[in-house]
Amino acid sequence: MTNYNSSNIKTLEFDALIIGGGGSGMRASLELAKSGLKTAVVSKVFPTRSHTVSAQGGITCAIQSADPNDDWRWHMYDTVKGADFIGDQDAIEYLCSEGPKAVFELEHMGLPFSRFDNGRIYQRPFGGQSKDFGKGGQAARTCAAADRTGHALLHTLYQNNVKEGTDFLNEWFAVDIVKNDKNEVTGVIAFSIEYGEVAYLKAQSTVMATGGAGRIYASTTNALINTGDGLAMALRAGFPAQDMEMWQFHPTGIYGAGSLVTEGCRGEGGYLVNKDGERFMERYAPNVKDLAGRDVVARSMVLEILEGRGCGENKDHIYLKLDHLGADVLNAKLPGICELSRTFAHVDPIFEPIPVVPTCHYMMGGTPTNINGQAFNRINEIDSIVPGLFAAGEAACVSVHGANRLGGNSLLDLVVFGRATGMFIQEEIKSGGGVKSANVDDIDGALERLNKLNESNSGYDTSQVKKQLQDCMQSYFGVFRRGEFMEKGLNELNEIREKVNNLHLKDKSNAFNTSRVEAIELQNLFEVAEATAIAAYSRDESRGAHARDDYPDRDDENWLFHSLYDPQSKSISKRDVNFSPSEVEAFPPIVRTY
Amino acid sequence: MTKDTLEINMYRYNPEQDKFPYIKSYSIKKPIKDIMVLDLLHLLKEQDESISYRRSCREGVCGSDGMNINGKNGLACITPISSVLKNNKIELRPLPGLPVIRDLVVDMTEFYAQYEKIKPFLQNSTTAPEQERLQSPEDRDKLDGLYECILCACCSTSCPSFWWNPDKFLGPAALLQAYRFLADTRDLKTNERLDELSDPFSVYRCHGIMNCVSVCPKGLNPNKAIGEIKTMLLKDKDKIITSDGVMN
Repeated sequence: MTNYNSSNIKTLEFDALIIGGGGSGMRASLELAKSGLKTAVVSKVFPTRSHTVSAQGGITCAIQSADPNDDWRWHMYDTVKGADFIGDQDAIEYLCSEGPKAVFELEHMGLPFSRFDNGRIYQRPFGGQSKDFGKGGQAARTCAAADRTGHALLHTLYQNNVKEGTDFLNEWFAVDIVKNDKNEVTGVIAFSIEYGEVAYLKAQSTVMATGGAGRIYASTTNALINTGDGLAMALRAGFPAQDMEMWQFHPTGIYGAGSLVTEGCRGEGGYLVNKDGERFMERYAPNVKDLAGRDVVARSMVLEILEGRGCGENKDHIYLKLDHLGADVLNAKLPGICELSRTFAHVDPIFEPIPVVPTCHYMMGGTPTNINGQAFNRINEIDSIVPGLFAAGEAACVSVHGANRLGGNSLLDLVVFGRATGMFIQEEIKSGGGVKSANVDDIDGALERLNKLNESNSGYDTSQVKKQLQDCMQSYFGVFRRGEFMEKGLNELNEIREKVNNLHLKDKSNAFNTSRVEAIELQNLFEVAEATAIAAYSRDESRGAHARDDYPDRDDENWLFHSLYDPQSKSISKRDVNFSPSEVEAFPPIVRTY
Repeated sequence: MTKDTLEINMYRYNPEQDKFPYIKSYSIKKPIKDIMVLDLLHLLKEQDESISYRRSCREGVCGSDGMNINGKNGLACITPISSVLKNNKIELRPLPGLPVIRDLVVDMTEFYAQYEKIKPFLQNSTTAPEQERLQSPEDRDKLDGLYECILCACCSTSCPSFWWNPDKFLGPAALLQAYRFLADTRDLKTNERLDELSDPFSVYRCHGIMNCVSVCPKGLNPNKAIGEIKTMLLKDKDKIITSDGVMN
């Protein structure tokens, strides 16, 4: 096996490099390809296989179609409240006010949105949506293409990238960041999965658009490829991660299989019942019932199960009832759900309820960025931009989702901030502000991990260690968390770290070696899991998706802050939440009820 | 071989080690629950990490794991083993008709090239309104059964016409998308699109064999879309009304 170093690998040079071919990556690349800059999208799968394809219910945005009086400020209020007040209000303001432009652009690109009779884009109600700052009742703000919005969005973006001639390095896998001694990022080390060829991909700007890492848990709605590669690369390079304790458990993952069942089901009038057939959300969220925030619904479901009111033989799941909506509505509005349910739950929702259980779904945390996608480091308690490094989408924490993301806000996040990142990079490069370089040692350093794996003669088995990691996270860092259990989890993670650092790659071949990819992905998962565990243990309060048995209340005095994980010291510090939107008055924290 | 054991015969080929592809036999204890073919592959990969296949969403929406399962193309992740088992045996092969990179992984370059040929993006050079372009629900319904394609290539690689002329016949997947844009009232390049399809190969090599329909894991009907294209081509193209209502 070749030992790779800067003299035996080739260098491919670009203006901008986008790691990840999902929604945010391809929205950024579209902006850059149109500008004429030399841009490449590096994707470990053909772009339409990215996880954005699995998004179902829609993209939330005040486009004033269902309600001509809708207001992006109402959307902003809902998002701030949904985030349990640790979302940055400047970023949320940007998301909600720029949103309509980004959604209409998608329509102009050809996205096949469903329509109302007047020809405008169809919008459906989703959880946590209100009119008039919570005072005007339920809003319907989620723009949808049936229940296949992510698929329609991802394919539309790929198609338009084909139109604009974007360069794709498909089935290339990025391994580690190359940075110089000034902590400037100059690109990545990557290899072609198809042939095994290793290269230094050099660029003025590198965007981590690598999505989430839901595979740190045993039970997840996430694709097998969601292994947090970009975030892990940033952590290994010494850059921080923000709000890593905040993981969303989606109320309705198919029991046993994990596949997502869209919140749009409840938006269209479906509801959850326990073993007695009781619509229990009426007790937990008397006003909006099944359309409360996802964290609230997921916790209520777990409580029903813990108190013995779960469904099925083992009383370990909940039923999602849809049959009362009728075959016509289900076939027209939720065809994909009917299909998934028949395949994975063996029930036809037209006649029977779907067995569901809260399932890991979304990483609210990530690489901290500003609204231009620029990643930053924290030096002496001051945010300091990392030259050359950007992040967008689920990999980033900008932070618009705070402690709990609202349904439909992730697709909006992808296109709004993918677009913003693309626009910023274009300006920066054109004004000559992007050039940096790395030396031989910097490049060799970034090759170390790959070389070590390639040279391994003994050690641990990837699939076994992965299971151990996933079980550990599921057991100790799930929907409810407690200090003493998390201590056990942290100890277990220390043991797993040793194994992850000493994996044995038996198959050393070059052509489409998925074992090599999976070993590196496991190392990435571990970085994300460790950050999650340390952040969860540190935040001794309950807020949004982070629910502590031992600290059941929100503690604004001590924790109205972002947590910032420093991978070098493996410690948590606090960072102020932004309460300074530019156009509207900031929304102060209130007690969060639905 | 007992009734509690599954026999999986898998096409194996690693270009760095093997002169020729071969079939390798694996046996595995029959799982108590019905599992998907993809789950079976995961179990086999735990035994033998050198097995290579693509996978991503594991729920039938990303189109990564198209393969030939007991003689029929399908997605491993939504094919329950109970639906394909024959005498407790399963044979897994790569999609036919495309070059094999390794094991169950095929080189899809030619497949994607045909997709790109049909200009798979909306073409409308009129100034976009500030909001969305309007489209009636009835017009939008025309895209159902077309836009849902996941580019898994199960259809095109089951098509004898595509095997014969993979460079000149567009194949069912690309043609389904060609019709998706012809059917979209917002697209204004109907005539140009038809012109590009009017040669003897692009569309007309489809002989209605219908393998595409029988294998599509999303239940789509490329054959019907191809029929619609042929109908449009047969009409006098000069009389086609474009979506902006202008008689060309």
